[in-house]
Amino acid sequence: MTATVAPPVVRAEPRPVHPGAWWTWAVGLAATSARTSNLAILGLIAVVVCLVVWACRVPTPLAHAHALFLRLALAVIVLRMVLQILFAPRIPGHVVFTLPEATLPGWAAGISIGGPVTVESLVGGFIGAARLALVLICIGAVNTLTTPSRLLRSLPAVLYEAGVAVTVALTATPQAVISTERIREARLLRGRPTRGPGALRGIAVPVLDGALARSLTLAASMDARGYGRRALDGSRHRWSGVVLIIGLVTLCVGAYGVLAAGTGPQLGAAGLGAGTLCCGIALLAASRGGVRTRYRPVRWDGRASALALAGIAPLAATFATDPLVLQPPLTPLSWPTVPTAIAVGLIIALAPMVVAPNAERSDARSGDPS
Amino acid sequence: MSATATVTVSFDGVSFRYPDTDAPTLSDVDLQIHEGELILVIGPTGSGKTTFLRAINGLVPHFSGGRLGGRVRVSGHDTEHHAPRELADVVGFVPQDPSDSFVCDTVEEELAYAMENLGIAPVVMRRRVEETLDLLSITDLRDRNTATLSGGQQQRVAIAAVLTASPRILVLDEPTSSLDPAAAEEVLAAITRLVHDVGLTVIMAEHRLERVGHLADRVIIFDGPTPTIAEPAEAMISAPVVPPVVELGRAMGWRPLPLSVRDARRHAAELRERLGSTTAPPASMPAEQHVIDQIDEIHGNGAGDSIPEPVVAASHVTVRYHRSPALRDVDLVIRAGEIVSIMGRNGAGKSTLLHVLAGLRSPDGGSATILGASPHGLTGHERIRRVGLVPQDPSILLYAETVDGECRLADREGGLAAGTTADTLERLMPGLAPHAHPRALSEGQRLALALAVVMAHEPRVLLLDEPTRGLDYPAKRRLADSLDDLAGRGVAVVFATHDVELAASVAHRVVVLAGGEVIADGPARDVVCHSTVFAPQVAKIMAPDEWLTVEEIVRALDRGTTVP
Repeated sequence: MTATVAPPVVRAEPRPVHPGAWWTWAVGLAATSARTSNLAILGLIAVVVCLVVWACRVPTPLAHAHALFLRLALAVIVLRMVLQILFAPRIPGHVVFTLPEATLPGWAAGISIGGPVTVESLVGGFIGAARLALVLICIGAVNTLTTPSRLLRSLPAVLYEAGVAVTVALTATPQAVISTERIREARLLRGRPTRGPGALRGIAVPVLDGALARSLTLAASMDARGYGRRALDGSRHRWSGVVLIIGLVTLCVGAYGVLAAGTGPQLGAAGLGAGTLCCGIALLAASRGGVRTRYRPVRWDGRASALALAGIAPLAATFATDPLVLQPPLTPLSWPTVPTAIAVGLIIALAPMVVAPNAERSDARSGDPS
Repeated sequence: MSATATVTVSFDGVSFRYPDTDAPTLSDVDLQIHEGELILVIGPTGSGKTTFLRAINGLVPHFSGGRLGGRVRVSGHDTEHHAPRELADVVGFVPQDPSDSFVCDTVEEELAYAMENLGIAPVVMRRRVEETLDLLSITDLRDRNTATLSGGQQQRVAIAAVLTASPRILVLDEPTSSLDPAAAEEVLAAITRLVHDVGLTVIMAEHRLERVGHLADRVIIFDGPTPTIAEPAEAMISAPVVPPVVELGRAMGWRPLPLSVRDARRHAAELRERLGSTTAPPASMPAEQHVIDQIDEIHGNGAGDSIPEPVVAASHVTVRYHRSPALRDVDLVIRAGEIVSIMGRNGAGKSTLLHVLAGLRSPDGGSATILGASPHGLTGHERIRRVGLVPQDPSILLYAETVDGECRLADREGGLAAGTTADTLERLMPGLAPHAHPRALSEGQRLALALAVVMAHEPRVLLLDEPTRGLDYPAKRRLADSLDDLAGRGVAVVFATHDVELAASVAHRVVVLAGGEVIADGPARDVVCHSTVFAPQVAKIMAPDEWLTVEEIVRALDRGTTVP
């Protein structure tokens, strides 16, 4: 740049870590919990996630997401336990208490209600619920650690349109809540009922009408600011779209290989490898068009790689662990143990606390650089 | 403008008609706008100003549908062949309500959005964002969420967001219509800077002519589908929509016609003298006395000692949102037939107070009653006979598909004789097409319809939130007349407004809120004349004498000349 241009103001805040890194970290931990039914390991994963959230969270619009997801996880566990007690198949073992048993007609054979409840059955139910709960906790965590809109901004060019649609939908939801409240008030002002089926129609129609009018305004504004001006040319777009879909399907197969505890690492590795390759080719081809530029993109830096590796470490450790330790049998019940490999993996998963601590908490830099 | 200034926008025989309408919105529009000009677009509500502005960047007809005849050329591009997106770096368009047009969630990203679409190099983007942040003095907002901005900030961010694409033409649709006087000042100062320092061509619809009138190079006047273009001073002599300063100048025959308060003050000394010699400046009449007079007039009894009953009573009202107080310890008594204007900055608690009085929200502390009963929890007939509120966006009160249908619905709801609402509407805004869809009406027409729907039930208390948003001077005058008429029939009228002219012309009493507290409450004349922010133009021109409206002065002069 020429010397006459004033140097841009340097932002005091450190650049955020690439959202993809946070997602890799969270998905790595969620996948680890999906691969094990060892309560000790599951418990440690929960501790790791909560510690990292506490140390690294940023004030995002969804900053309360983690608390919300924790509550949801708890609800999942409670519901699952109730269902387990009422309907679960009988697992033989130590009976804790016995519920009165209902005898179902012949066509409902296979469903049992009530009967003896064993420790084994309770533990089995709890493990199943805990695995699901942990996945929820991981998703909640990642929303507290990085904003969804930042992830959308990092999407590759070929997914740009989809990203815009999601962004618009995300902003539309809180607006719909606000306009529902205002229309309810308006009905009250005109002395009309605000409850009941008639009111529901009377409220839903104007809310949708308002949302439609707003999206037209938004569309006009986006168009006036050049949206869609430099679209991908048709054939390139279609071609890269097809390759991307093939890649994503292959990735799914790979993910199944990784998550299903029975399969070895070969299927998972092959699927993930081939899928990543396909997606990579598609994205590269699409972005070669130089379609639109990106303002201050979040770069994949050393911190991002460290975070991604930290998430993959415990997952990798599960492949080096005896399946019997990962999936301890319910009968006979035994205290779960944590093998060294997993313990090391989980300690590595704490790396974000060191690599990407919350800037505000560390308050190393604040205010203008003077 | 130099004689060789290049034409940047040209309309050649342009006509436009919206789909499914008979009358053209624009017809035979022939005009040229030169580079670097500041053009004001004025005209009554619904006269086609917005359509004209949207035709400049091709949103009309590419987005609106309808038939456009003739040619619109912008920097050599014909809008027939160029969609708005292809003109993004030629014309920057800022819609009337920018909050609905934000695409990104932080201000900085919003500023970069247009440039990303244009494929501008990252280094250039970075520099332009920083420069634009400085140009509009919004550097401190860069990390803010666009949903949390105040009205004035929203406007400045929306202007910045189109400027980063470095258009040479900026089109603004009533950028200050919903802002308080201070925020409007901020936005207009920013626009002035763009015209003077950056040399942008700015085309702007704006009612506050007194602020920008003297800066404008030319004025486009809409009074029907064919606009005329003229020099500001010349335009003001015949324009259908003028600010009070011009109205005073016209009435007094001042030439050249003053366009700003500053110009008008040069003539004011002589006028003050004339008024001083004919009659004393109007004494500030206590609001209650005024009301008693009115009530007496109505009931025809000269007793005058009965003070009208208080219909609204708020005592120690406190309201909190998320623990931060929106209203603190507010005491307010309003009597039948009074017109009270509530003023204050955006976010001072005006709307909250109206919501409490309308019973939409119960106070966290203290009590609010209407006719001795708490309005919170009232429903159906009970409610609409006592209190009516016209909210900021009046369209949310409307349900029916047509104006006529809405009127009939209101009659049915209130158990009124058929045609009552339609008659009320006819009085407020004559000649509204009965088959028009409420959404297709202009803002002023929609307000009139909503007002008619509420007023038809003859509530004892009428509350209005920002009733003049989007209204031009004649529409405001009609509104003021109808409020006056209602008060004369014993209705207590309370309105929250930024519009000092409305408050000056119709309110008996002004209550000023700041930070949720009442900081002034008294007769309108006393409160507004002694304020720097809320003083109407006439008061500013005539200071230190306390005159509020042109009408007052004209009446005083007439009296002065007829009574020797």
